[in-house]
Amino acid sequence: MIALNINGEERNVDVPEDMPLLWVLRDVIGLTGTKFGCGIAQCGACTVQLDGRPVRSCVLPVASVGARKVTTIEAIGATPAGKKIQDAWLDLEVIQCGYCQSGQIMSASALLDRNPDPSDRDIDAAMSGNICRCGTYTRIRAAIKQAAKA
Amino acid sequence: MSKPSSSPKTATSRRAFLQGGGLLLGFALFGAGIKPVLAASTAQPVDGDVTAAFAPDAFIRIGTDGLITLILPNIEMGQGTHTGEATLIAEELEVSLDQVKAVDAPPNDKLYATAALGGQATGGSTSMRATWEPLRKAGATARMMLVAAAAAEWSVPVSECVARLGVVSHQPTGRQLAYGALADAAARQPVPAEVKLKDQKDFQLIGKSSRRLDTPGKVNGAVKYGIDIRVPDMKVATVAACPVLGGKLGDVDDKAARAIPGVRDVVRLDNAVAVIGDHFWAAKKGLEALDITWVEGANANLASANIMAALKAASERKKPIMARQEGDVDGRMKAAATKVEATYELPFLAHAPMEPINCVVHVRPDECEIWVGTQVPAIAQGLAAKVTGFPLEKVILHNQLIGGGFGRRLVAESVAQAVAIAKQVSYPVKIIWTREEDIQHDLYRPAYYDRIAAGLGADGLPTVWVDHVAGGSVLGNYIPGGWPEDKLDDDAVEGAAKPPYDLPVIQVDWVREDPPVPITWWRGVGPTHNVFVVESFMDELAHAAGKDPVEYRRALTRNQPRAAGVLELVAEKSGWGTPLAAGMGRGISLHDAFGSYMAAVLEISVSPAGEITLHRAIVAVDCGITINPNTVEAQIEGGLIFGLSAALYSGITFTDGRVDQSNFHDYRILRNNEAPKIEIHHVKSSESPGGIGETATVSAAPALANAIFAATGKRLRTLPFNRDALKTDGTDKKSVSMIPPLAAPLAAALASAKPADTELEKL
Repeated sequence: MIALNINGEERNVDVPEDMPLLWVLRDVIGLTGTKFGCGIAQCGACTVQLDGRPVRSCVLPVASVGARKVTTIEAIGATPAGKKIQDAWLDLEVIQCGYCQSGQIMSASALLDRNPDPSDRDIDAAMSGNICRCGTYTRIRAAIKQAAKA
Repeated sequence: MSKPSSSPKTATSRRAFLQGGGLLLGFALFGAGIKPVLAASTAQPVDGDVTAAFAPDAFIRIGTDGLITLILPNIEMGQGTHTGEATLIAEELEVSLDQVKAVDAPPNDKLYATAALGGQATGGSTSMRATWEPLRKAGATARMMLVAAAAAEWSVPVSECVARLGVVSHQPTGRQLAYGALADAAARQPVPAEVKLKDQKDFQLIGKSSRRLDTPGKVNGAVKYGIDIRVPDMKVATVAACPVLGGKLGDVDDKAARAIPGVRDVVRLDNAVAVIGDHFWAAKKGLEALDITWVEGANANLASANIMAALKAASERKKPIMARQEGDVDGRMKAAATKVEATYELPFLAHAPMEPINCVVHVRPDECEIWVGTQVPAIAQGLAAKVTGFPLEKVILHNQLIGGGFGRRLVAESVAQAVAIAKQVSYPVKIIWTREEDIQHDLYRPAYYDRIAAGLGADGLPTVWVDHVAGGSVLGNYIPGGWPEDKLDDDAVEGAAKPPYDLPVIQVDWVREDPPVPITWWRGVGPTHNVFVVESFMDELAHAAGKDPVEYRRALTRNQPRAAGVLELVAEKSGWGTPLAAGMGRGISLHDAFGSYMAAVLEISVSPAGEITLHRAIVAVDCGITINPNTVEAQIEGGLIFGLSAALYSGITFTDGRVDQSNFHDYRILRNNEAPKIEIHHVKSSESPGGIGETATVSAAPALANAIFAATGKRLRTLPFNRDALKTDGTDKKSVSMIPPLAAPLAAALASAKPADTELEKL
């Protein structure tokens, strides 16, 4: 049994230690908001937060999570930065297909949480690990800036 | 309503029967002003459909509880179609968008076919064009029946009653009845024989940037895509097809795989093997543990260079099929003061939507239930019927929200594969392809080899234009026995046959050379390929004539008012002609496709190391009546970035019959830090709506090629652009077009590192 703290809830899961957190979330616990995109930490669709820091859950062995708190897209709206990001995302109609947007929002929320006024360079650094195939990048940038002002 | 376009186009349509399930799938090129229509007009409710008291047609359901459900013929995959189609109905039904619930139509080729596509399909930027009239008529018809029901209830003339926001009011007395209260009575009203649609000036919703219906659940993980479906007792599978295209499965030793905890079954198909587990991780580990012998087959030695060589040879030697021939082409070419010729090469392209291919299937003894996001639900249903041997009505398909299509889900071969896997087990199974499987077993946008030439007169303008296209037939894949040898596949020349220029002496032809590689449509279909060639070459001609590229196009669009309109607007908004810093360049592209006109200017810089920076894109669009301006702009932004990704990075190559690329590190997608600023300007238009989902993808590569030329003086005629050719610093360092993949141990180390180090993969 591996003990996890996911979105504030204690969970015990009986899974192999090397199983990436992504599949524990999706296939064992049933939190499907976190997405599978590439499996090699290239696209960012699987981004979750560990103690507020964005990580790619597709390459994160579940046994290495330890006591760190896991936050997923399902609960990010309960954080101040997450709520601002979600609101700005909807206000500027950032989203198209939306498949990458869980990961985008997790990365953007983590950025805003530790940097209330991110510059373009900060946004480049924080967001270039999240691919959007629909090409919503210009709106993502605008929405982060809007959320920073909210 | 819609006026015929000034563009001298004719509609060419063609249809074909797809063998799988005997379903119809064709494709058509639309001349502007030719309205594609939906097949549906019947009042028959459908099996498995949403039932409600008032069901006047295939699209609208109003319950006595007031619930208004709109059954939309086209699938939502990010392009905003659900919101757009709901807007058309709501405009005439007199309801607001927050009063309706949008759902996907069930598979039904009779009711929900897009006539232009010959079947129930979402693609080719046809949705809004196809539904523009029929969905408004459906809304108006239902409203008239509701109003008639209210008038009858009150025994007053219909003319005294007005519908607004889901309520019918009797104006003289102020009495009101909500649609829900009228649902039963409306269902008994006769269907009006004549329906008058609103005048454009009275539109309440069309032309406004209404909020998207599909996005609130996309910010909190609430929405379910196909890949998120979980049904009781479901297992998860992943699959490997023969790495050599067209190869077969030989022997499989599955002993080690079956020993992995959580692995349940190993399933063999003719050309693939799947491992089923309790979860994806078990299935993936199991698949990796298989000892597989493949029968590589005829393509074992296939290489990209051979494919391009075959295209070149075919282009030079085979007799072409004529797409267009007007005027004395040979005579003009001989008489031309200057002759310009060029050859362009385009690669195979994968679609790589963010949501990997997946499908949930439960094959029971007497029926098959499927959950999948598909652009072609009726074709998917037909294929499943074929694989299971069940009649169509025993195949229940639930279409799902799609995490990116771009043409990938216009084919349903992966649904057939999933059903073939699920058929071998008793429980429901979710098949998920890895990204590697997705990149290496896609159906690709074909490679092309195009030779183009023009003769210039004394004024530098073309007196003759000859475009020889060579490539495979995409349509051929949809037709039993393939595309007829002597027939033109219009898709191969769409965007080439009728460029929006005054070119009175013109020849455009196509040499068919089908590659030994599965091919299908890709975002922007024919025009993404052809407009790159046409617009790059137009720039080459301007250069040969010593003219400014905008001035040159201006001289050739004197009889093309809509093309000239976007050209002038983009020239003005981009500050065309104003000076730029050294190393920078501006490139323009102009085209007419999917019933819309677009001109785009790209401002870039090229470093001495050959690296390209995309600074700014300025786009002018005339897409007719704009149903939702915000969605139009979103599609232009995204479409442009999609095309820029391909122009800079994308190309599928083959070695020993295998695809060389495998994931996003070597099939790169533009990242946020690389995206240009994008400005969009609309030409106000009262023409019928044009397509917009693919329009800007078409503009990207030619605008970039022309900007590179302006910045460097180098003309790049092969996609993706080779940045090493742009180097001026004398170094032999290769430009970065590939990000190293995370090796598994590195990935594990990275993932388990201290939080501060894991913020962002430093790659």
